[in-house]
Amino acid sequence: MAARLELTGDVLHISGPLTVASAGDAEIQLRQILSAGAPQHLQIDLTTIDRLDTGGAVWLQRLPNIAQSVGTQITVGDVPVSLRAFYESVASTGAVTQDSAADESVEIERTTEDFLNRLGDRAYHDVNATMEFLYVMSDLTWSTVECLFRRRGIRQGTFVEQASIIGAQGLGIVTLVLFLVGGVSTLQAAAQLRQFGANVLVADLLAIGITRELGPLMTAIIIAGRSGSAFAAEIATMKFTEEIDALQTMAIDPLKLIAVPKMWAMLLSLPLLTIMADFVGLLGGTVTGVLSLDISPATFFNRVTNALLLKDIVTGLVKSISFAWVITTISVFRGLQFRGGAAGVGNATTSAVVTSIFAIIVLDLVWGLIFYLR
Amino acid sequence: MTTDSNIRPLVEVEGLCVSYGSDENEHRVLEGVDLRVEDGDVLCIVGGSGCGKSTLLKTIIGLVAPKSGQVRLLGESLHTLTEQDQARLLKRVGVMFQYGALLNSLTVGENVALPLQMHTDWAPDFIEDLVETRLALVGLDSTSHLLPTQLSGGMRKRAALARAMSLEPEILFCDEPGAGLDPETAAGIDRLLLSLNQQLGMGIVVVTHELLSIDRLNGDLVMLDDGRVAYRGTVASARQADQEGLRRFFYPDGAA
Repeated sequence: MAARLELTGDVLHISGPLTVASAGDAEIQLRQILSAGAPQHLQIDLTTIDRLDTGGAVWLQRLPNIAQSVGTQITVGDVPVSLRAFYESVASTGAVTQDSAADESVEIERTTEDFLNRLGDRAYHDVNATMEFLYVMSDLTWSTVECLFRRRGIRQGTFVEQASIIGAQGLGIVTLVLFLVGGVSTLQAAAQLRQFGANVLVADLLAIGITRELGPLMTAIIIAGRSGSAFAAEIATMKFTEEIDALQTMAIDPLKLIAVPKMWAMLLSLPLLTIMADFVGLLGGTVTGVLSLDISPATFFNRVTNALLLKDIVTGLVKSISFAWVITTISVFRGLQFRGGAAGVGNATTSAVVTSIFAIIVLDLVWGLIFYLR
Repeated sequence: MTTDSNIRPLVEVEGLCVSYGSDENEHRVLEGVDLRVEDGDVLCIVGGSGCGKSTLLKTIIGLVAPKSGQVRLLGESLHTLTEQDQARLLKRVGVMFQYGALLNSLTVGENVALPLQMHTDWAPDFIEDLVETRLALVGLDSTSHLLPTQLSGGMRKRAALARAMSLEPEILFCDEPGAGLDPETAAGIDRLLLSLNQQLGMGIVVVTHELLSIDRLNGDLVMLDDGRVAYRGTVASARQADQEGLRRFFYPDGAA
């Protein structure tokens, strides 16, 4: 059932139900009537409405606003006696603002005025967050080293459990991705080198590229997405459910109980995964090279072993240890930064992964400069 | 630690102010709260939603830093202690959170055993026996292998009570122990708290707004209103008192 609006002279009669379902249609009718040239002063007669809910009552209160926007003045008549008590209880909340134009101008004024304030607030929060990060970083690093000498505060078995989640369960995806990356790199390198008849150098390029860069970097990025996100989500959820608070009141250091086993598991698993990644990446490159470039497996293998330096593998491992530290620290910090409800857990996870990947790439650049800048 | 009258104060709060937010958008939660809990007391902190009950509890147990004022727990000022001293003090305190706050990655038994494993050198089989006994005492026999998510709300709270009790604390804090539970389970938890108080002389501080629970515990009462102490006395005297806020709280339908 829809509401009916009829204009007779200066009086607009509204009849039928005025509810959440019919108010939208009533507004369309009203605007049609107003735009078709309504009188300067309009009386609204409500004596024949037969049903009213909160939606209808709020719409009635908004009528002066709607009329004002087309330059008409409105006088709203009384609702029928049977509906009056309900209408008045809605009106008495005072929630409907009568003068929206004034609000908007205040809003604009406030935006310009607040710009510097917001800038200052932002800077203040960023400085605070940086200090918090430095605190978590130093505390976690210290606890990680300390637990080698003092076991108290660490639960038995958590390290093995975490290492199996990060390392053993992550092995499949890491090797699959690196096999493909090795293959693709070989194809792309061959396409360029073929122009100079230097096909056979593909093997050298692959060996150096995988062990120095692609192996450690891709592994770290995959593990940041896989395990860093899990760390942040777990810790954020624990904050949400007051588990972190409960640990603190039990005089148990949450960093030691939750983060330190993760840190050790990561420090151990990531380099091991990187070694596997290097190996499988080279394997992927070799398979592609042999199948598509007419290089014999023996030649390819010989060139790879000749090109490989121990330094390349070692620098890759040093990098991966530093990546492990960065991923864990950032993910734990982002988890602890959690505010709010379910969306907060999502935000913590997202920012853990994004910040980790950014930090990994910056750190990779720094290591590149240290190891290879001549 | 002992006062002249030989009554040991478990909690002393003086002129406590707590606020959230930065200086500009400061939201004052507690303003000048005074409170005292003595050995063997049962204290109910009551008040409507948002009056600062939970914040007061969190400040006393050191989870929220006070803006100004004194908070002494077992005679020591928790907020100014070093980390080691805080840990030493907190081992003598038990806290039961509103939703239990059991670690979801551990089984019920591991949750109850956790404080024992972390803070004592007891043998694993002794800890195991102790955990089973604790769980049996709160009516959770043979649940120690279950995960917290496999328990009902009431069972989770009882498990949380068993965990809070595991180091035999001198004082136990409970945030809304009966909230969201059926009347029978809620009464069961109140009876457990009372028996701890009567049999072990443990101080109990309960934050609640459940009238039935307040009557059952029937101890001292502090009513908060808008961050201030609106009433202090016993439950019985509070029911008789001719004070607008108290009447609204105890007789919400208007009957006296």
